[in-house]
Amino acid sequence: MSGPIQSIERAAAILRLLSGRSRRLGVVEMAGQLGLPKGTVHGILRTLQSVGFVEQDRDSGKYQLGAALLHIGSSYLDANELRTRALNWADALATQSGESVRIGTLHEKQVLIVHHVFRPDDSRQALEVGSLVPVHASALGKALLAHHRYLLADLGSGPLPSYTPATITDVKRLGHELEEISGRGWASEVGDLFPGVASIAAPIEDRRGVIAGAISISGPIERLCESTVPRGELVGYVMETARTVSRELGAIPW
Amino acid sequence: MFDHRARLVSVAQKEHRHIYPMPGWVEHDPDEIWRNVLTVVSQALEKAKLSPTELSALGIANQRETTVLWDRRTGRPVHNAINWEDTRTDRLCQQLAEEYGQERFREKTGLPLSTYFSGPKLRWLLDHVAGVRERAEAGEVLFGTMDSWLLWNLCGRHVTDVTNASRTLLMNIHTLDWDDDLLSMIGVPRAMLPEIRPSSEIYGEAGVALAGVPVASVLGDQHAALVGQTCFHPGEVKCTYGTGSFLLLNTGDRPIASERGLLTTLGYQLGSSRPTYALEGSIAITGALVQWFRDNIGLIGSAPEIETLALTVEDNGGCYFVPAFSGLFAPHWRSDARGVIAGLTGYINKGHLARAVLEATAWQTREVVEAMHADYGGALLELRVDGGMTANNLLMQFLADVLDAPVMRPIVAETVSLGAAYAAGLAVGFWPDLDSLKRNWHKAAEWLPKLDPEVREKGYRKWKKAVARTIEWLDEDDWLAADLVSLSGTQ
Repeated sequence: MSGPIQSIERAAAILRLLSGRSRRLGVVEMAGQLGLPKGTVHGILRTLQSVGFVEQDRDSGKYQLGAALLHIGSSYLDANELRTRALNWADALATQSGESVRIGTLHEKQVLIVHHVFRPDDSRQALEVGSLVPVHASALGKALLAHHRYLLADLGSGPLPSYTPATITDVKRLGHELEEISGRGWASEVGDLFPGVASIAAPIEDRRGVIAGAISISGPIERLCESTVPRGELVGYVMETARTVSRELGAIPW
Repeated sequence: MFDHRARLVSVAQKEHRHIYPMPGWVEHDPDEIWRNVLTVVSQALEKAKLSPTELSALGIANQRETTVLWDRRTGRPVHNAINWEDTRTDRLCQQLAEEYGQERFREKTGLPLSTYFSGPKLRWLLDHVAGVRERAEAGEVLFGTMDSWLLWNLCGRHVTDVTNASRTLLMNIHTLDWDDDLLSMIGVPRAMLPEIRPSSEIYGEAGVALAGVPVASVLGDQHAALVGQTCFHPGEVKCTYGTGSFLLLNTGDRPIASERGLLTTLGYQLGSSRPTYALEGSIAITGALVQWFRDNIGLIGSAPEIETLALTVEDNGGCYFVPAFSGLFAPHWRSDARGVIAGLTGYINKGHLARAVLEATAWQTREVVEAMHADYGGALLELRVDGGMTANNLLMQFLADVLDAPVMRPIVAETVSLGAAYAAGLAVGFWPDLDSLKRNWHKAAEWLPKLDPEVREKGYRKWKKAVARTIEWLDEDDWLAADLVSLSGTQ
């Protein structure tokens, strides 16, 4: 049997680098990190690009993983499967918190609601499955963005749409908040989308450690928050449920 | 385990083995089931960090009709339990029907003579296990469905409840007692039968392992779901969607004889109050069709993906799928029918097929709902649903559309367990009354009909035409090979 093929090993190293935290890298950065000549890295990237395994961002010239690769490797989690697997736990979160529960996934720079459990009272509520909410003004969106931060660039550099005076419209400020969110493991919005309404969300991980979606509770600010800070008990419920659903999906327990 | 507000406190589950000694035979090991019950109870307690002394009551909900015989003195089963889906009594049932006629059984029990029910299974054991008949006549060998077996082991009493007894073909549903005429026709000695009690009362105290917790409810699974869904008023309907689906309609304090092949059964009996009756309609193939589509056709990798595939198209494109895999059941009852996919054109793609697969569940539900209301009167006001398929949003919306009634999913999906807990909690005063249970029922989701009535009725018309095309598929020479199925499929 012949030994390993060097160029394939190098291509693998480049792909691994691009699947890391920063997600988008230039040729010089990659060459530096891999200790390879720039020309070599560039040649490999062009080959990978021709088969769709990497893509080059037109504006910045940086490289990222390509759609073809994502399709091969991921067999990404079906949104309807996510709902099915999360059903019991989302119900339990609604009864525990007394608030409505939603599960969302990223969908073309917005959050697609894939599951919705009514607030367990007898009020009239309409099912929101299939609706879209803005990624920067929802707790679900922020929880998802915090783990897919390369998407932040897609939101553009100008001010983001404002829904209430509390909406974060500055991309830089949003970036800072996302950093905090990924550190503590949960996101919130307090009146960012609708005045008087708050939400708390946490990410759901699948068996490959990829963030497959996020789960949230929503309700009046005075029920969800102590002044404007989300109540610790409720944050605990949301995070615990996200962990349980992740375990259900086969994520390694943490 | 549930708390006062019917919130799920803890869940534990364990599968037990299916034993297949021969084609068509299905058995369970009663000892294994008893051991598993003890294991899951202690696991559920452990998870919630509770001790048995903190439990108010214990309830039992069980798969119905499965038959166990055991030795009164040693407590040892004399044979494996014969499972409800076991068809070894096929010939026996035919013989009984020829000898006495279906009507005699239906009038007294509300059931057709079928392999599903316990009586014929019990008779088979009496005929085939050496020495058992003599010992049964002497009261040394006892009969029970799974609830009786568990109660015997939990608190040493030989008891069953009205709902389980109503599935034996041995109990008269009007008197709620074993019927001597039925016993002599099927050939069962009375001495071996358990005492029939209400579904909710303190039967006894659980043994040492469970610190004497009162055992206070017994319900067949579908009856427990009716209670868990708090369908306490006549006219209220629940449907549990699994591989097969089960609709139960509360008919109040009168048993309604069905003219459309539905089962007349006990809903529940709580303490000393009058029994509540129900009409039951089962659909053999619902979730099982999605599984078939996944496993045998391979267009999807997991059952939930059917929804994703179905959403790639706007509608069924005129395509209908009637899963009469082993004949048509309620309300058609045609064992010579086989499945069809109707309305195929060059336009149809896999998305349309996925739609047709999902829609089959909704159309079949409508047929059973219509049969129920033709027997009972009135019209469907709303349908309460539970079970795995309720996670399918597209299906639930379509169900509301074809029924032209709101479809509601409760926030506690485990309605079978909850029903057992409710009945046990009522018996010990943990909950004061049915109203307090009603207050615990909360909608987790509601789907409202929004389909244009013209589109709906055209769809139903086409469905019925597709159903008509399944009939008379089997020929004389097919019958030898075909399974003769006389009732519903999976439970």
